[in-house]
Amino acid sequence: MATRDGTIGGRRPGEDPAAAVVTTAALRSGRLAEWFDRQARTLFIMPAVVMILIFSIFPLIATFILSLSRVRLRGGGYTMRYVGARNYEKQIFGSEQWHFLGTFEEVSVLGWVVTAAGAGLLAWWLVKYLRGRSGRVSVVGTIGRLITASVLFGLTFMFAATLFSGTRLGTLGVTLFYVVVGCGIQFLIGLGLAVLCAQPIRGRTFFRVVFFLPMMVTPIGIGFTFRMMADTGKGPFAPIWQWIGLGDFAWAVNPWTARAFIIVGDSWQWIPFIFVVLLAALENVPRDLVEAGHVDGAGGWQIFREITWPQIVPVAATVMLIRVIEGFKLVDLPNMMTGGGPGIATESMTLHSFFAWRALDPAQSAAISYLLLFVTVVLCVSYFMLVVRKRAAVHG
Amino acid sequence: MAEIPAPTPAPLPARARARGLRRWFEPARIGQMSRGGSIVVYGLLVLWSAFVLFPFYWLAITSLKLPVDVFDGPSFLPWVDFTPNLHAWADLLDFSAKSPLAETLTPYRNSVIIAFCSTALCVLIGAMAAYALARIEYKPRLGNILVFVVLMVVTAVAVGVYGVDLWIAAAVGGALFVLLARSVGRYFKRSVGNADILFWMISQRILPPVVAVVPIYMMFQKVGMLDTHLAIILTYTVVNLPIVVWLMHDFFASIPIDLEESAQLDGASRLMTFFEIVVPLARAGLAATTLLVLILSWNEYLVALFLSTTQAQTLPILVAGMNGGEKGILWWTMAVVIIIMIIPVIAMALLLQRFISKGILLGAVKG
Repeated sequence: MATRDGTIGGRRPGEDPAAAVVTTAALRSGRLAEWFDRQARTLFIMPAVVMILIFSIFPLIATFILSLSRVRLRGGGYTMRYVGARNYEKQIFGSEQWHFLGTFEEVSVLGWVVTAAGAGLLAWWLVKYLRGRSGRVSVVGTIGRLITASVLFGLTFMFAATLFSGTRLGTLGVTLFYVVVGCGIQFLIGLGLAVLCAQPIRGRTFFRVVFFLPMMVTPIGIGFTFRMMADTGKGPFAPIWQWIGLGDFAWAVNPWTARAFIIVGDSWQWIPFIFVVLLAALENVPRDLVEAGHVDGAGGWQIFREITWPQIVPVAATVMLIRVIEGFKLVDLPNMMTGGGPGIATESMTLHSFFAWRALDPAQSAAISYLLLFVTVVLCVSYFMLVVRKRAAVHG
Repeated sequence: MAEIPAPTPAPLPARARARGLRRWFEPARIGQMSRGGSIVVYGLLVLWSAFVLFPFYWLAITSLKLPVDVFDGPSFLPWVDFTPNLHAWADLLDFSAKSPLAETLTPYRNSVIIAFCSTALCVLIGAMAAYALARIEYKPRLGNILVFVVLMVVTAVAVGVYGVDLWIAAAVGGALFVLLARSVGRYFKRSVGNADILFWMISQRILPPVVAVVPIYMMFQKVGMLDTHLAIILTYTVVNLPIVVWLMHDFFASIPIDLEESAQLDGASRLMTFFEIVVPLARAGLAATTLLVLILSWNEYLVALFLSTTQAQTLPILVAGMNGGEKGILWWTMAVVIIIMIIPVIAMALLLQRFISKGILLGAVKG
């Protein structure tokens, strides 16, 4: 590739591909070449390591320090004072609780039922592991499962006290709603489309290219386009809205319709990703296995469940891991389609953090982003250890 | 059909009809679709294609509408429902006026520069690291890593809380690290391996960008680089680095090592082996990864939102900023800007679909 050659030229002046042999000889004898060769180990990996350290690890530490302090902006500069975990307290128990976790009032009966059911399930899961039926019990495994279980219990209680008690969700609940419901829908539709496209029909290439398109489109553009299309007065579905008597209904005013629209936009963009990967996995399933199933008289559903599905499970688990990781970062669509509204009903945590930053409160912004990091890491690592790895181990 | 026809001379009409219907769903041969089945499959596929393509269509016709046509309620077919008008597109070419679209030009140029530079840098750095991790054994001492992290925390505290100058703190920290690594670090015997480094690099992708972006903003503010191309380029490079390392590591590991070994026997250096033998062999994987990273940088929103204001503003920021304002939303203008924003990626997706999906598959299918 031309760019690669260009880079070589840039790296070692005086070399051009035509004279490569001569330069090789010259370099081999030169001290420079020896130095390069000795340092190659370092030279190869250092740029990446240094970049990650400066722009990823250092900010990670700095954000943590920031989240433990109070920042005052003063004409161009700022002063920081250590305040301990007060920013986190404010988000979880204090005056910002309604924004982050949701409005906590009396927990309803349904809320208590959900909490009890969640606690029961988690306890059963822990006990099952500790009895050692499903494999060896280790200290690390136990601690990891305890962390997973306690975070899941906390989240269950949060949903029980907000969603199931009829009060408003906070940004954490909204983010999890996007991740769980959105990714679930996307997986089902993506899998369905992949199965359809794996059938022996004509025009598969056409469908494949068309279905692939949305993934490439800028999310901001998608946000605007869907906003335009969802408009009940000027959008393409306005006649339908009017026909069912919702002509003056504004979807952005109801929290659930607003969230649903964001999930529609998100799905439109991300289903292609799941589709492309699962289609490749389906095409890798050995044909003779499926044909043997046919000969033995298995129906379509049976073949899918007994033969195809076990073959694609490892890929499906991995693709969902990637999808979930990206799902936690969702920000452009809510910002573009609803601006986080109505109220805070569609605000994802990233957007919450950005709003805090825009309100000149970097410390709160840092605390929120750290809480997001914590939830993301715990849930993704749990998913990886408990689902992806196990599947990979079972199915080779 | 496998089943033997029933010997009954006059089957019940209902059953006959059921069997007739069933014939539609019996494939003629194994490995082929039945007629009914293919109708269902085509129906669903066409339905989904409509769902995928309709937003593009709506965007295109909105860009051709006069404000009146937009506000009069939906109209679907140009020349039938409304008369297409190029007024929004004409604004784009009207550079003399201070039209909303003339302002698109700078963000467009910024987006092109930032996307291409950061992609080139990211693929170069990432591919080199991926290759090194696939071929060279690294054993950094755990003690040195600990020392480094501790020093980083101290530096961050010194800079943030006590207001020490960033450069001085960094220099002192670096010097201390060299000293401590040579003395204290030696007493720790345990070290980490390539797999750990690889995992560390890839796991950076889990990090939500919003966690890192505020300190990055402050760093660039300190060195006076806010709202410059370079700031955004460097940040994008790091954001996309895990993808490149992940995809290219698998790719390099799958290349047979013999060629490299013989090149090294002939006296070629590591760098030379890499650029003249490995890179040409990994061309397909590099192309796929490059396209993927290019599109990701083109579409990125959050980092640019933090790091740019006017000079280095990228297209997504421009579009997001047009959403609102005192005149209300100019739907037709925004449609035009979004079309010119997504046309390059759509064109790439159509032309290079195979390559790009290969890039996506490189990582996901192998796990």
